[in-house]
Amino acid sequence: MGRDLTRRERLKLTRQEMAEQPPETRAVNFDEVNLGYTPEQAVAEAERCILCSHPVCIDGCPVGIDIREFVRLVADEQFQDAVDVIKRDSFLPAICGRVCPQEDQCEGACVLARKYKPVAIGHLERFVADYERGHGGQTDTKDVPKTGKRVAVVGSGPAGLACAADLVRVGHDVTVFEALHELGGVLIYGIPEFRLPKEIVRAEVDQLAALGVRFETNTVIGMIETIDELLEDDGFDAVFLGVGAGLPRFLGVPGENLIGVYSANEFLTRVNLMRAYEAGAETPLLDLYGKTVAVFGGGNTAMDAVRTARRLGAAPATILYRRSEAEMPARAEEVAHAKAEGIEFETLVTPIEMHGNEDGWLTGIRLQRMELGESDDSGRRRPQPIPGDEFEIAIDVAVVAIGNDPNPLIQKTTPDLEQTPWGTIVADPQTGRTAKVAVFAGGDIVTGGATVILAMGAGRRAAASIDEYLKTGVWEIVAETEA
Amino acid sequence: MNRILEAHFIAPEVKYFRVEAPKVARKRRAGQFVIIRVTGSGERIPLTIADADPEAGWIALIVQGVGKTTRTLNQLQAGDTLHDLAGPLGMPSEIHEYDTAVVVGGGVGTAIAYPTAVALADAGNDVIAIIGGRSREFVILEDEMRAVCTEVYPTTDDGSHGFHGFVTDKLAELIASNPRIDHVVAVGPVPMMHAVADVTRPHGIDTVVSLNPIMVDGTGMCGGCRVSVGGETRFACVDGPEFDAHLVDFELLARRNKTYGAFEHYRNEEFTASEHDRVNPPGSC
Ligand SMILES: Cc1cc2nc3c(=O)[nH]c(=O)nc-3n(C[C@H](O)[C@H](O)[C@H](O)COP(=O)(O)OP(=O)(O)OC[C@H]3O[C@@H](n4cnc5c(N)ncnc54)[C@H](O)[C@@H]3O)c2cc1C
Ligand SMILES: Cc1cc2nc3c(=O)[nH]c(=O)nc-3n(C[C@H](O)[C@H](O)[C@H](O)COP(=O)(O)OP(=O)(O)OC[C@H]3O[C@@H](n4cnc5c(N)ncnc54)[C@H](O)[C@@H]3O)c2cc1C
Ligand code: SF4
Ligand code: SF4
Ligand code: FES
Repeated sequence: MGRDLTRRERLKLTRQEMAEQPPETRAVNFDEVNLGYTPEQAVAEAERCILCSHPVCIDGCPVGIDIREFVRLVADEQFQDAVDVIKRDSFLPAICGRVCPQEDQCEGACVLARKYKPVAIGHLERFVADYERGHGGQTDTKDVPKTGKRVAVVGSGPAGLACAADLVRVGHDVTVFEALHELGGVLIYGIPEFRLPKEIVRAEVDQLAALGVRFETNTVIGMIETIDELLEDDGFDAVFLGVGAGLPRFLGVPGENLIGVYSANEFLTRVNLMRAYEAGAETPLLDLYGKTVAVFGGGNTAMDAVRTARRLGAAPATILYRRSEAEMPARAEEVAHAKAEGIEFETLVTPIEMHGNEDGWLTGIRLQRMELGESDDSGRRRPQPIPGDEFEIAIDVAVVAIGNDPNPLIQKTTPDLEQTPWGTIVADPQTGRTAKVAVFAGGDIVTGGATVILAMGAGRRAAASIDEYLKTGVWEIVAETEA
Repeated sequence: MNRILEAHFIAPEVKYFRVEAPKVARKRRAGQFVIIRVTGSGERIPLTIADADPEAGWIALIVQGVGKTTRTLNQLQAGDTLHDLAGPLGMPSEIHEYDTAVVVGGGVGTAIAYPTAVALADAGNDVIAIIGGRSREFVILEDEMRAVCTEVYPTTDDGSHGFHGFVTDKLAELIASNPRIDHVVAVGPVPMMHAVADVTRPHGIDTVVSLNPIMVDGTGMCGGCRVSVGGETRFACVDGPEFDAHLVDFELLARRNKTYGAFEHYRNEEFTASEHDRVNPPGSC
């Protein structure tokens, strides 16, 4: 049993900081930066929770994990029970514990956040999930009767994997189709090893394979097979689309096709999926050693790109962002880690033009200084140019990380799938049902670029709705006005 | 894993492969390509589907060994496997009715142009082929082209076979003598496609080229394959690979294709060295 502490005693405890690789060491390797809690640290951190009667932290979690209960179990050293509580609502705790923007979600809502530091819910979630993986993994081997219904899941990101998991657990026959040669979506090709070890993603995939989920990689749906063919020719009873938002935006300034200008997707794919950082890699990447690298953007993708460039020897490696640091959408931890690793931040600037030499290689960028004006609909103050305040910087390589739009491959060959003017697929937020009978969608393809936990939650809600549809055969779409 | 059913050289450094890929064989249309990896740690490279048999379930790839990946691939034999194969990718060739279409292939470009020639002929068009090579042994698919085209003109730089000169010289000659020519498809090295565009432009002949930028995913996700067409940025893997030749910025394409020149050169030398060791094991003389 955990220690019996009074509320006042709990409030006096200090937040347990997670050990990290020292900045000088980690800035030259791709190993994970955060090293994890020891069991003692986890218990000490869990004891900080005052076990609120109205645990507002739960409202902050997009999937409503019973945080108070799992944290209480950690304080009691019931680590496996703690992870079981999390898994009622989340399918990927080892991943979400690492990559959720906790400061905007669970930890941002925690009552301790105002006067003290919030309970380190993310670190605790990560700890118990790693504990489970280190102790023989999940205990999920229940034999369920097969329903004989077949579901095609398109895309193997968090939305697709979560949907597949819930469907296979209730006895449906599930096949996941993935365009690339590896499974995991952005978790594999986008988020770098130093933030999310690929071994963790592979363990989740292996677990699903063990439960009987079939995986077909190198299969681009929309090209090799349309959605109609999956339903009509291949005998699938339902299709879930979790194809993500993977069409990179560029800046739209002159010179952005110069050699040395990458989209973040290309840069990170070359490094993560194709392992261009390893000695002897077959896939090339421009040599960044001692080069000046600038990354446009202020989100997680921009932080991942700039920190990756740093690890590949870039100096200086700089973030160029058009708003101020307060508006950066990246996780606070990533910004702090980037700074500790020597990343430079130049805020309130926007590119006007990229310059190159006669062979077409990038040499520099002309930038416009910005200031913050009125708030826009997102509540963030809108950046506007300061007339005449322009300057030029010399750079060797630029990475554009200003977001992704949905890839239109599937919509193009499925005309009866309703889409928004932004190219996202229209789907009911509660059920994932689209305008096309038997077709469901969730994750970034519906919301636009969002988060792992939201994609996972959407995959699970769709799975519940798919199960219901397969049992009842009733297809009912919530009227547009209600949605 | 896709099994290689047949493999043989059809020209120096150019190998023909029949590869088991039943779904791709059924689905593919002229002008589309696949992305393959030779090994589990290999690079992803695009290759055009040169031919396919939907009943037998195979596709044909014709590969010129230019660097590490293609040269490694060209060592494979019937019975070996490709580690990954994804496709069909890209937009199919647009096939309409023309008075007379000319298909121009330079080097291994002939392999990429061949399926389009077949599709044009199947749609009832008169098709003329101009297929070039440095010398006789580099001219490929001549018999295959003859089977579908009304006229076939091999050209060689050294005059060892067919017309002595460049494909563009032959094309200019044909255009001058045949006013019915109203569509040209050109595939080959970037300077050749550029030159073809310059030949047809003054005549206002509708001309299409198949571009070969560096690709990674081939699904529109990375933007590495971007090309400039009519001043607009397009992704060759999903918007192409075929584009209006008169609007393509060929210089940009040629420059961007040199991005990894130093790396490729190094890997190629390394490959040549390992090849030397393989053929002459240490200790042999
Ligand atoms: C660099 C980067 C860093 C990020 N960092 C964070 C973070 O720290 N925290 C956080 O919460 N979120 C982060 N995100 C966002 C998060 O990763 C995404 O919101 C989430 O992965 C979306 O999941 P998804 O399942 O909808 O799609 P994805 O993860 O994008 O997966 C979609 C999959 O579908 C496949 N696919 C696409 N089209 C087809 C097709 N036609 N046929 C077959 N397969 C197809 C794709 O190849 C891909 O594997 C980050 C994103 C990026 C790019
Ligand atoms: C849509 C498409 C279809 C293609 N179809 C075929 C085909 O049917 N048969 C075939 O032999 N090749 C084809 N190619 C070209 C083929 O993909 C490249 O030759 C291959 O990627 C080179 O890889 P490598 O590692 O062997 O050589 P690398 O070491 O990468 O390059 C060696 C040399 O080839 C040049 N090169 C690099 N990439 C390309 C490229 N994408 N295109 C042309 N030259 C390049 C380099 O500048 C260098 O001089 C196609 C390319 C595209 C984009
Ligand atoms: S899933 Fe994310 S938001 Fe929810 S409790 Fe875990 S870390 Fe917090
Ligand atoms: S709000 Fe904070 S203190 Fe209260 S239960 Fe949740 S984690 Fe514990
Ligand atoms: S190859 Fe990546 S977008 Fe075309």
